[in-house]
Amino acid sequence: MTSRMDTRFAKLKAEGRPALVTYFMGGDPDYATSLGIMKALPEAGADVIELGMPFSDPMADGPTIQLAGQRALKGGQTLAKTLDLARDFRKDDSDTPIVMMGYYNPIYIYGVDRFLDDAIEAGIDGLIIVDLPPEMDDELCIPALAKGINFIRLTTPTTDEKRLPTVLNNTSGFVYYVSMNGITGSALPDPSRISGAVARIKDHTDLPVCVGFGVKTADHAKAIGAAADGVVVGTAIVAQVAGSLTKDGAATADTVSAVSTFVRGLSTGVRSARLVAAE
Amino acid sequence: MNDTPKPNSFRSGPDEDGRFGIFGGRFVAETLMPLILDLQAEWEKAKNDPEFQKELADLGTHYIGRPSPLYYAERLTEHLGGAKIYFKREELNHTGSHKINNCIGQILLAKRMGKTRIIAETGAGQHGVASATVAARFGLPCVVYMGATDVERQAPNVFRMKLLGAEVKAVTAGSGTLKDAMNEALRDWVTNVDDTYYLIGTAAGPHPYPEMVRDFQAVIGQEARQQILEAEGRLPDVVIAAVGGGSNAIGLFHPFLDDEGVKIVGVEAGGHGLDGNEHCASITAGSPGVLHGNRTYLLQDNDGQILEGHSISAGLDYPGIGPEHSWLNDIGRAEYVPIMDDEALEAFQLLTKLEGIIPALEPSHAIAEVIKRSPKMGKDQIILMNLSGRGDKDIFTVGKILGMGL
Ligand SMILES: Cc1ncc(COP(=O)(O)O)c(C=O)c1O
Repeated sequence: MTSRMDTRFAKLKAEGRPALVTYFMGGDPDYATSLGIMKALPEAGADVIELGMPFSDPMADGPTIQLAGQRALKGGQTLAKTLDLARDFRKDDSDTPIVMMGYYNPIYIYGVDRFLDDAIEAGIDGLIIVDLPPEMDDELCIPALAKGINFIRLTTPTTDEKRLPTVLNNTSGFVYYVSMNGITGSALPDPSRISGAVARIKDHTDLPVCVGFGVKTADHAKAIGAAADGVVVGTAIVAQVAGSLTKDGAATADTVSAVSTFVRGLSTGVRSARLVAAE
Repeated sequence: MNDTPKPNSFRSGPDEDGRFGIFGGRFVAETLMPLILDLQAEWEKAKNDPEFQKELADLGTHYIGRPSPLYYAERLTEHLGGAKIYFKREELNHTGSHKINNCIGQILLAKRMGKTRIIAETGAGQHGVASATVAARFGLPCVVYMGATDVERQAPNVFRMKLLGAEVKAVTAGSGTLKDAMNEALRDWVTNVDDTYYLIGTAAGPHPYPEMVRDFQAVIGQEARQQILEAEGRLPDVVIAAVGGGSNAIGLFHPFLDDEGVKIVGVEAGGHGLDGNEHCASITAGSPGVLHGNRTYLLQDNDGQILEGHSISAGLDYPGIGPEHSWLNDIGRAEYVPIMDDEALEAFQLLTKLEGIIPALEPSHAIAEVIKRSPKMGKDQIILMNLSGRGDKDIFTVGKILGMGL
């Protein structure tokens, strides 16, 4: 069976453009609003959805995503409810791949086998777990692959030539190249350096390579999209949510539209990327 | 170091993946993986390098003031009327706690690795002070992350760090205590991997830290074992230490692990009691989970979110514990017990009055356990306790609680 992820990337390849991969935090600031955001993403131009799982101690995230996680937890979000988001989303959309992104402990406490079964049933296509490097593959990666869920790995500027095969082994769906050493929300590095890094990864794999960390504007998205198979935007989207809230952190009538307007802009950037890169 | 562990030893862990049973491991972001593999390789080399060991021992003697004395607490023993009580006087070390043992070791490693910037997390500020001290001694810039709550309750140590030239960054995320400081230090590290060495202050974190910190702290137990043999001609019946992340405790315990007759007791912070969430008794009242690079006992809710915990002592205010302790607990080699804030406070005062030693609030928890145990033991029995730090930093906290104006 071809996975939803493979189908999506094959389609984009045929269209000759990179993917727009959008991250948002599940349950931020409340369940209903974040479901509204999730549903609005494909129509605004998102090709793949990264569904953030809030965690109390997000060690690889900057302040914007830290605060989003805190808002979600305060709003009563749990891993079970994050799975519910995917389940509800799948009622109207059976094509857009969903990748859950977060940290391992909530999954470990939920129970790995139970989580994978529930994730499959909820329509989850992949996982990005920040604190599970290849050395820890027995924990979740191997069981996930066995059940047909993609395990998407982060590669970073510190992943050297020697280590790259280790990181790519057992990676599926796509490869997520983190454009800099740092936490989410840092500044975007020079796009010219990124194309070199992407080429280096492509020497070792046929998987699509998506690039994220630091992409904030349609222009960034266009520049990165010219060099990669996909552009991941997270902090900038979460910042749109934050900017639309009341002083007390509650959703407003503008929250969903702030996100979809912003994503539409990014989508325009991504869709014009290959005009630059046309072979 | 030269007595090789017996087969079936309790002292042979961790395995090469950094596991103590199911505990430990390397749960870190990919950015950090190459670095901690480098660190492990460098640590393996240094461990077996006589030059490194010589420099470590030399600084131990002349800079830290090792060996620290083993002291027979005669008046406390008489007062309690039971087992003989000995203190391993780690509070007499340079900078006032055991933390310096580990800092000296790690800064020598950082130097070997060519790192030019030191970062550290701190709770009570003792590790921050020790880090700032060795950074000054070796001429490296140092940034210390400290929870905003702790900055307030451990003000004297904040001032010491600043005098030593370190930059103290107050962390307001979460409840502003040790776990939040550790998160922030990890974020700094991910951002500055190329030049920065993360000097973790306790026997926790990703492999190789739990093993490495233990080995740097094991000098406590090695000396104490020899000293008690000299003083009493036999091993103690019980060894006791307070457990935050677990470095002073594992440092004392490790050389005794294969001494069958020696009972091992770790003391966790019981805070206001174990009923609610106002404590830091990770083993007694927590469950296994994954945080800060290792699997270990944690305070967490049903969703795997980490709880903040509480202790009167900033150095014990951590919702986790080093993985080797989790393992020692599960296999039954060591026992972990909680001591409440008020018990620690009483022990603090008793020791001060009876022995003329003002202990830190962290080892005051261990003293409280000694106070409970000693009267139930025979006069011919021996308790050896790690007096891990001095209490100068805590006098303001204690003064405030006791209503004494300062
Ligand atoms: C004097 C003293 N003892 C004990 C601790 C707890 O740490 P650990 O459990 O790593 O020894 C601290 C921590 O700050 C401390 O300052």
